Parts: sequence; C-alpha cells; structure tokens
Amino acid sequence: MKRGASSFNIISAVLGLAFLYLPITILVIYSFNASRLVTIWGGWSLEWYRELLRDDAVLQAAWISLRVAVLSASAATVLGTLAAVALTRMGRFRGRLLFSGMVYAPLVIPEVITGLSLLLLFVALNADRGFWTIVIAHTTLTMCFVAVIVQSRLVSFDRSLEEAAMDLGCPPVKTFLTITLRLIAPAIAAGWMLAFSLSLDDLVIASFTTGPGATTLPIRIYSEVRLGVKPEINAVCTIMIAIVAVGTIAASLIAKSGTARRDRAALGAQV
Amino acid sequence: MRTQANRRNWGARLVVLVPYLWLFVFFLVPFVIVLKISLSQTALALPPYMPVFDFAAGWAGLMEFTAQLSADSFRLLSSDAIYLLSYLKSLQIAAISTILLLAIGYPIAYGMARAPRSWQPPLVMAVVLPFWTSFLIRIYAWINILQRDGLLNDVLTRLHAIDAPAAWLSSDTAIYIGILYSYLPFMVLPLYAALEKMDETLLEAAADLGCPRWKTFWLVTLPLSLPGVAAGTLLCFIPIVGEFVIPDLLGGSETMMIGQTLWTEFFSNRDWPVASAIAVSLLGLLLVPILFYERLQQRSLEGSR
Repeated sequence: MKRGASSFNIISAVLGLAFLYLPITILVIYSFNASRLVTIWGGWSLEWYRELLRDDAVLQAAWISLRVAVLSASAATVLGTLAAVALTRMGRFRGRLLFSGMVYAPLVIPEVITGLSLLLLFVALNADRGFWTIVIAHTTLTMCFVAVIVQSRLVSFDRSLEEAAMDLGCPPVKTFLTITLRLIAPAIAAGWMLAFSLSLDDLVIASFTTGPGATTLPIRIYSEVRLGVKPEINAVCTIMIAIVAVGTIAASLIAKSGTARRDRAALGAQV
Repeated sequence: MRTQANRRNWGARLVVLVPYLWLFVFFLVPFVIVLKISLSQTALALPPYMPVFDFAAGWAGLMEFTAQLSADSFRLLSSDAIYLLSYLKSLQIAAISTILLLAIGYPIAYGMARAPRSWQPPLVMAVVLPFWTSFLIRIYAWINILQRDGLLNDVLTRLHAIDAPAAWLSSDTAIYIGILYSYLPFMVLPLYAALEKMDETLLEAAADLGCPRWKTFWLVTLPLSLPGVAAGTLLCFIPIVGEFVIPDLLGGSETMMIGQTLWTEFFSNRDWPVASAIAVSLLGLLLVPILFYERLQQRSLEGSR
C-alpha cells in the first residue's frame, strides 16, 4: 500500500490548515493598517503600536498577567509533576481513584464552574481577592495539564533504567533526581509552557477570582472587545502571537538539539 | 536500614500528599461550597446569601443552619423556561458542533496520519501552533471578519454574491464558526494519535484480499480509531456545553447558552444561589460524560504499563 498521498487527503489537510491560519494572518496584517476601518487598507503603519505604548492600562494589565503566568506555571509544574509521579510510580494508595479523578476532571469541566466554585471558596475563607487568588486558581487548573503531559512521558519510557539504578544501590530519591527527572525533563518543560500560555490566556476563571487592582490582560482585552473592534487590540494580539511563535519555535529547537545531543551520546557509548 | 525505609516512606507519602491536598482544598472543597450555596437563599448582605455557616456556633448553629437550607433556587430553575431553554440550546449547540468537528477533523487527521513520515511532525506542529495563541485572540479575529463592515461582507459584495451586507455576527452561525475554529485541535490530535498508531499491514492485507477502499475504511480503519473518536468527542462536547466566551462575543442576545446564563446571574444579577444552582445542575448534566472521559484517561495513561 502506498503511503496514501491521495488528492482528497492533501486537499483536506490544506483546507484545514488554511481555516486555522487565515483569521490570525488577517488579524496580524490589519494591526499594521493605517486606517481605522477593517475594510479600508490605508497603507502600512506602526501607529497602533505607538498608541499601545502610551496606553498605561493595557501595559499594566500585561505586566500583571505575565507575573501571574510565571508564578502559577511554576507552582503548577511542581505540583503537576508530583501528581504524575504519584499516579505512575506509587502503586496503589488509599484514595487513588479520587485523586486521579481530581487530576483529570479540571481538563474538561467548563471554566464557569471552576471559576465560580473557586470564588465561593475564597469568599468562604474571607480571603482578599486579587493577584494571589488568580495565581492559586490558575495553579489548580494548569497543574492538571502538566500532570497529564508528564504522566504520558512517565508511562512511555523504559523503566529498566530506574530499576537498574536501584538494583545497584542508588537510593530512590537520587534515582529520581538523576535518572527519572532527566528523562522527563522535556515533558516538564512542555508542561510549564502549556501552563504559562493557559494562564496568560484565561479570561473566565480570572474574571471570577480577581479583585480590585488585579486586571489581567485578557480581562482588559475582553472589556475592550465587547465595545467593538479596535486597531490597538489588533496590535496587542499581534505582539502576543509573535511572543508565542518565537517561544514555540525556540522550544522546538531546544528539544531538537537535546535529542541530537542524546543521539551523539548514545553513539559515543557504542564506540 | 529501617530509618532509611521510613524516610523513603515519608518521601513517597509527601509526593502523593502535596498535590492531593492542593486539589482537595482548591478543587473538591469548592464544589461542596457551591452545593451548599445553591441551597441557600439570596440576601442583601455581604456575602449576598444566607444562611452563612458559623463555626463558632457549634452543634446548635449547625442545626439552625441546616434548617434554613432551601431548594428555592432549584425550584426557580425548573419553573422558569429561560433556564430550561438555555440548557437545551447549550446541549444542541454542543451536539451539532461536536458532530461537525468530527466530520471536519477526521479527514484532516487521516490526511496527517497518511502523510509521509517526515512530514508528520511539522504537520502536527502546524495544527498545534494556533492553539498556543490566545483563545480570546482567535475569537476576536473572527469579529474582524464577521462584523457588518467586516471582511467577509466586503469580499462577498465585491464578488456580487450578496447585494447588501449580511449580519453574520450575533448569530448561531457565528457561534458554530467560533467553536469549530477553537476546538478543532482538540478533535484532530486524539484522532491523529489513534490513526497514526494503526498497523498499516492491516490495510495492505485488506487490499490484497480484494476489499474495496471504502469497505476497508468502514471495517478496519474506523473501528481501530474509535478510542480517538471517543476522546476527541468528549474533549470537545463537555467544555462546549459550558462555553461562555464564544457565545458571548459572537452570538446573539435571544437565547443564551447556559454558561452565559450562569455568568449573568452571577455578575449582573448578583444572585449567587441561583448561579450556584445552575453550576450544580450543569455538573449533574455532564457527570456521565465526565466519568466516561475519566475512564478513558485512566485507561490510556495508567493502563498502558
């Protein structure tokens, strides 16, 4: 059977990709439009970017979002990795079913429910709502994504490496730090990046758990977008897309050089 | 030796305990609170519901607290048609868009899985990349296109396909476009994962034995990709039922989806008990699909050892 490059396959893949990329491309192009109207092309211009730099509210919101994302992604990576290790390496423990249920449920439960329930918890605890409550909320949501990514890596690699180390008398903690952690490092990095971008992106949960003085970028963009399309928002979005694109490409390059190094090391071992 | 074993035991316990406690406090306990508040009544106070549970009051306080609980919010949900219509609309939109996602996503995933090996990583990357850009941005991009003086109307009038600009925005069509656009990767990736794992010699065997291509697809490919179909369907259907941002930005104002109703009750009407009751009943509605999804995850992540 030939690896089917049938015209139907090619057309469906191309159409699918066009559907995915066209709206974003249009958005990026129009952020450089000198005209305020979407339908009129007024020539290339950086005016909306200049306007953006003068908009303190947006800049401040971006700064808050960035800090929330870094803090919550880091906490989520630690908690999510622990959860993944607990689910794959700890065998049976009491309450395991409940635990795995709590890890997988937030992946699909509608955000309005998660947001509302967390807000009601913070109200019941009488906690001051704002920056830290958003961080806690995002940590809770994104740690589950990290856990799933790390877990799929933990089940896929060869356990005999760990077993060999332990047989040779390496203590479990050291085995974990020197062998397991290195093998799952790409998954941990991918988990951090996913957690970071989910946090940067979240509108619903942040809206529920925010308080005075903690307006994140999505909340800000949302309130502007409700009033209609604005070229400044196109500019903000383009900058965010650029950051994401650069980050993703850099990450894939790092991953590639990582595998290259590993292949070289394996080759060296054979020689 | 004994102390080392003990220490190891403690380390192992901590690995489980820390994330366990975190999820218990910030995921499970909040649901209990939502359930409790859905049984409370609205009050002009801070927080805007009663009764408020008071630990200091002890047993007598607990008795009084339970006596004051009421099912008023749920009674309101079942008696007012607005809520019922809202639920039905959410289920309808989620069901139709999941079917559309499956119909669009399957050929894409199939094309990806059948592409030459060296093309596959870039193709996967190409599907995932837009998913890394902000969800809000992707919805906003569609407003640019669909609004009355937007690009779609512009292109269509220039092509003389329509005479007057049509109202694409604020309609169910716009909601469907937004959902298809945002959820497509969630459908394509599980399907691709299932199709890519498939043993191609099975297809060769079927072809050698004279089975026509469509029959091979129906008898071999489709059954083998069913786990991917199930994962993609659940991964899309469950969150779409509770979707808020897409219908809010792209949809009209006639019938709201249930996520919007919850949002309005909470933020505009400040009726916390009713918002909680909506959340509880929504969760009840989605409980069976969520449990299915959990089973699927457990099998794929824990059963493959």
